[in-house]
Amino acid sequence: MISGGTSYLFPLLHYGLACILSATRKSEEAATVPKKYHVPVKSAPPKFRRIGKYGIIDRREDCSACHNCVKRECIYDCYKEEDDRLRKVDGYVDYLYECKSCLSCVQSCTKGLLSRKVNPEFEALGDDFWTPDIISRTWYQAETGKIPVSGAGYGGPFVGPGFDSMWTDMSEIVRPTRDGIHGREYISTSVDIGRKLSNLSFDENGELRETPPPLIEIPVPVVFDTLHELEVPESVVLASASAAKRLGNLCVIRSADLTASFGPFTKAIVPLADETLRPEDPWLKKVRLVEIEDGENVTESIGAIKKSHPSLVIAVRVRFGRGSAQRVLQLTKQGVEVIHLYADQTGQEWEETSSRHISRVTREVHLALVEERIRDEVTLIASGGIAMAEHMAKEIICGADLVGIDMSIPIALECRVCGSCKTGLACPVGLDGIDRDYATQRLMNLIGAWRSQLLEVLGAMGIRDVRRLRGEVGRAMFFEDLERESFGPIFGHRKTEAEVSVTA
Amino acid sequence: MAGLDAIPERKVRRIEGRYRNPVGKYKVWRSNACKVCGKCIEVCPCGVHVKPEGYSRFLPPRDDLCQGFKCKEIGRFCPDHCPAGALRVELSPIYESLGDYRWTADLILSTWRMAETGQAPDGDLEYKIGASGGGFDRIRFRFPETAPQVDGNEISTAIELNRRKDDERPRVQIDIPVYGGGMSFGSVSPITMLSRARACAAWNTFTCTGEGGYPERLIPFKDYIITQVATGLFGVREETIQRARVVEFKYAQGAKPGLGGHLLGDKVTPAVAAMRETVTGTALFSPFPFHSVYSVEDHKKHVDWIKQINPPALIAVKVSTPVDVDMVAVGSYYAGAHIIHLDGSYGGTGAAPDIAKKNIAMPIEYAIPRVHAFLQSEGIRDEVTLIASGGIRTAYDAAKAIALGADGVVIGTTELVALGCVRCGNCESGRGCARGIATTDDKLVSKMTLPWATQRLVNLFNAWHEQFVDILRRFGMTSITELRGRTDLLMHLDYEDQPEK
Repeated sequence: MISGGTSYLFPLLHYGLACILSATRKSEEAATVPKKYHVPVKSAPPKFRRIGKYGIIDRREDCSACHNCVKRECIYDCYKEEDDRLRKVDGYVDYLYECKSCLSCVQSCTKGLLSRKVNPEFEALGDDFWTPDIISRTWYQAETGKIPVSGAGYGGPFVGPGFDSMWTDMSEIVRPTRDGIHGREYISTSVDIGRKLSNLSFDENGELRETPPPLIEIPVPVVFDTLHELEVPESVVLASASAAKRLGNLCVIRSADLTASFGPFTKAIVPLADETLRPEDPWLKKVRLVEIEDGENVTESIGAIKKSHPSLVIAVRVRFGRGSAQRVLQLTKQGVEVIHLYADQTGQEWEETSSRHISRVTREVHLALVEERIRDEVTLIASGGIAMAEHMAKEIICGADLVGIDMSIPIALECRVCGSCKTGLACPVGLDGIDRDYATQRLMNLIGAWRSQLLEVLGAMGIRDVRRLRGEVGRAMFFEDLERESFGPIFGHRKTEAEVSVTA
Repeated sequence: MAGLDAIPERKVRRIEGRYRNPVGKYKVWRSNACKVCGKCIEVCPCGVHVKPEGYSRFLPPRDDLCQGFKCKEIGRFCPDHCPAGALRVELSPIYESLGDYRWTADLILSTWRMAETGQAPDGDLEYKIGASGGGFDRIRFRFPETAPQVDGNEISTAIELNRRKDDERPRVQIDIPVYGGGMSFGSVSPITMLSRARACAAWNTFTCTGEGGYPERLIPFKDYIITQVATGLFGVREETIQRARVVEFKYAQGAKPGLGGHLLGDKVTPAVAAMRETVTGTALFSPFPFHSVYSVEDHKKHVDWIKQINPPALIAVKVSTPVDVDMVAVGSYYAGAHIIHLDGSYGGTGAAPDIAKKNIAMPIEYAIPRVHAFLQSEGIRDEVTLIASGGIRTAYDAAKAIALGADGVVIGTTELVALGCVRCGNCESGRGCARGIATTDDKLVSKMTLPWATQRLVNLFNAWHEQFVDILRRFGMTSITELRGRTDLLMHLDYEDQPEK
């Protein structure tokens, strides 16, 4: 593990340094306090019925209608409108979906008629990657804009694939933390997209020798990306563009899909084109960032476009794969300022065999750039399989500057990941006719909730700017490192994952 | 209520759950075909079938006692014997929907059994490990086939809490290597708090007030109560500090390391507000961190402050598990702490962001051997008591933590499960816990009585104590302190058999 070990061996020194740093920062702040960014979240309840995890089984035929019915005692009032709802012809029994699973009624019913079961409809949601849990939490965040909070400790597996095999660090005693979430300290989540100069040079008049390249600053390190494996209706893309505009954020849209309806959202739109994109394309005059699919002549296309649009930032879109690091180095050296790496929907690189998770590939790409000392010359956007707020934080730790989300967009709008659309069936939640304002609010809520969670993680680490999180693997712990360092001296060699899965 | 102010006996008494329909692993169905012949009563080794004198029919079957298909092996499976074919046994649907990877249905039910009977369950419930697929759940003891004969009565599970050589403070000893974690007044009910204190008094160990004041009803048990000084300083006064034999600084909590505490407004009832000297109905935040502590030197100032106010008190420092947890532990020792309490990231909480519970700081299994080794290399391992918490669910977890290098453990969730918690995770919402454990709502609090709750915990500690004694006996040890750091007695299922030394 690459850790910031040396500085922590000398807590005093480190503390002293931190003092000086914070002192200088304070005096700067007095001059230019950044405008506080705030996501206007607002409750946006679902249009379709919720799918809860637990359901109560009620064997009514034996009910003796006794006077101390436990249903009246439910502290969550789940059964309150039971009778009314059952009487309605089209009424579904919502209370089944609202059960909070305290088992009180099940354990108290005089005749023991109630039982509990995991809702089969809940279990059938999504797939192996987009699990029912991820889907229902995304719904919650899109509805409320709040951080999912619960009681009791973590109940999941010890470790899992991909991002579940790393933990973020925290501060303790010897390092100051930050309190972002309650607003006592301002933590910035803004990132810049574009090339940053490694140094400035001045001429004899004290003027800059070269104009700094254009930079786009966005307030949250997560943009809306286009979906590769799912065709979403234009209404959804429009909602993403509208949410991006209101958030001051960006939304990647295939240029073929850009119609006149997108006119109001131009500042937020990032057209995605292939290398045949011509400088005359009308969208280039209006947008701040454009993405071009990687190809042999991509740098020539960029050169041509840059000539007529010098203030436009141009990104190259590269697939995550075994050659990513090589390709990123090459493009960066050729002057490409932004590279958007994208994986499949589950966060795996595009390789038929032994495909790696983006967290690994991103670390490789980032380190390759660091070793060549050109990391700041390029901005890395990573997308594919970013499903939860923690994935955003962890992917940035692995070396991305910012991330893009894809499947989370329809899920925030109540998509059940049922796959009907892929087979040409009608969408059960009617995404094609979704109300724009409602959808916009749901997406803003999701980003608001994710940002708050990022603040929690940054605050715990004592980091006040998400830009500083990039590539900070010293503030993360990786499963294989922890196993080797803590358990290696005790238990010896860990078996390979294949051997482990056989014995497990 | 004088009886309730006295320290209860350390004695197991069988005590049933407090709900009408107990939950078991199996569900026993009796159909109308039953002829009430009574054959099942004869056959059942567990007392599932009950027909009191004078009743013409059976009471509902005691599902929770049923051993299920295990009875087939001994030829006493009741459905096989019922002449009317009226009985059916199946896996209970509730069992199938209960629990999670860390706290499996088996662990919840077996903890309930321990609280009921004071002993480890004898059926087919897995009461030693969960199903998280890592850490304690993949670590096993290497028990020798033959061990020196040790008389169970000679085995001691006691540990000392003050091991500093440069210190004149009392050598506080606890009889089991376990004490209770901080749960504040406000987050849990007064009955939960009091029952924990009473059970710990019975077992000569400690419980902790958490950060929320020191209710007066706890004073009769003050010798068994740790009081906490946390970042919000809620309810901390000179007299509460002076009352305690151990004062704990809470720097962080494993379930939400790096984040402050949060008591939702709903739970701030007039009583809670009075105790914490705040306003009723207003949400209370404990900041993170102590804004007066940014270095080990600042921390020492804190420790000195408490030591001045309470000269005989021991100082415990509760920290979470960052990358440099070993440094933090050593720093705490040099600042004068007696107990270093590491709280791993999978620990319990009354309310925490899900993102924090899963992703911040390392699981306790990794932190213990690191800190143990680092303290050893600094030459101070025998002068400090290392306590581990955050995901210690069973007596076996505790024993493994000790073998990895801790002196003892702190538990929290296990006690709540013993009181009937089902881990639904709704401690924080609305009126609080529906089961009356983690709530301050009067009506919900009354779902549990103090004698009942105390006995459940006394039984739980007895069951754990028996398991510790059994583990030590199988290793031929006479004291739990011999087990500390004996990693050679452990194996990890995911590692090659022969460790490289």
